[in-house]
Amino acid sequence: MIRGTVHFKIEICKGCELCIVACPQESLGLSNKINLQGYRFAELIKDNCTGCINCALVCPDAAITVYREPKSALRKSGKEAVEVK
Amino acid sequence: MQINDSIEGLELVYQRPATLTDTPFHYCPGCGHGVAHKLLMEVVEEMGIQENTIGVAPVGCSVFAYHYMNIDMQEAAHGRASAVATGIKRVLPDKFVFSYQGDGDLAAIGTAETIHTVNRGENILIVFINNGIYGMTGGQMAPTTLIGQITSTSPYGRDEKLIGYPLKITDMIAILPGAFYVTRQSVNTAGNVRKLKKAFQKSFEFQKLNKGTCFIEVVSNCPSGWGMTPVEANKWMEENMFPYYPLGDLKVPRTEKEKGSNNA
Repeated sequence: MIRGTVHFKIEICKGCELCIVACPQESLGLSNKINLQGYRFAELIKDNCTGCINCALVCPDAAITVYREPKSALRKSGKEAVEVK
Repeated sequence: MQINDSIEGLELVYQRPATLTDTPFHYCPGCGHGVAHKLLMEVVEEMGIQENTIGVAPVGCSVFAYHYMNIDMQEAAHGRASAVATGIKRVLPDKFVFSYQGDGDLAAIGTAETIHTVNRGENILIVFINNGIYGMTGGQMAPTTLIGQITSTSPYGRDEKLIGYPLKITDMIAILPGAFYVTRQSVNTAGNVRKLKKAFQKSFEFQKLNKGTCFIEVVSNCPSGWGMTPVEANKWMEENMFPYYPLGDLKVPRTEKEKGSNNA
């Protein structure tokens, strides 16, 4: 499976939950903490993100940054093949 | 927050476009305006036209669009955004000009300006955000409010006998010869967001070729005005807005091949 991860700009997240519904892996959830605006912000709750960017596309506040395994790493096998550009 | 190009062997695939300012949007949680802003600015960034794009902000929820889009922007009087965009485009024909308007702005007070701008075939892009309500002033009924929809000025639901039918202004515009590309898209799912971005890309390409007016309606939500959570609002939009405002292209440019077959 392709490995990915998401980072949230928690200070601009408004906790609208649209990313949580959009995630096909159900790996997002709302935090129990609140940000300075007073909203519960979204966060990664499971370690099965594939970096499909669906959450980032539907995010109305452009608060999500997505990282994904590079394609070159998929073709080769083994951890040494994963190169940081 | 610092954005790295790569972390732990993973490479950056998506981030907030640099053409958006760092100011957080003032929109309510889940509002479709944010997605539309983001996509417009992504297209501007990808085409490398940040310095050559001029936007016209409307009156309505998106009145502060110039705070968020890091391009040249002009605020227009209520409903007059497309008329102001016409003036800007005529004085500066090399620039990419778009107006960004809501349904109260474009379909109510600005109906005349919109229709005549499209009829003249001005080389601008008009982005029309349709959420069927006046969001900024407190959820009053708009021309695009659906029949039976409850708003603060139609507490028993919109009665078509008293108030008339919801205005399908995009369909009206599609029949005008000045319109080159007319489409209706939405922002509720990732798939629709991708389609909307494609529509923005096409419109800017057509504007580069001086083809005519491009008009994009974005069927959007208003969780606060409708009194729902963002997720419920998107579901309500799919069930009620989409049957009346079906998504898809209303007017697409004919390809050279089609023109050839018609002439033959």
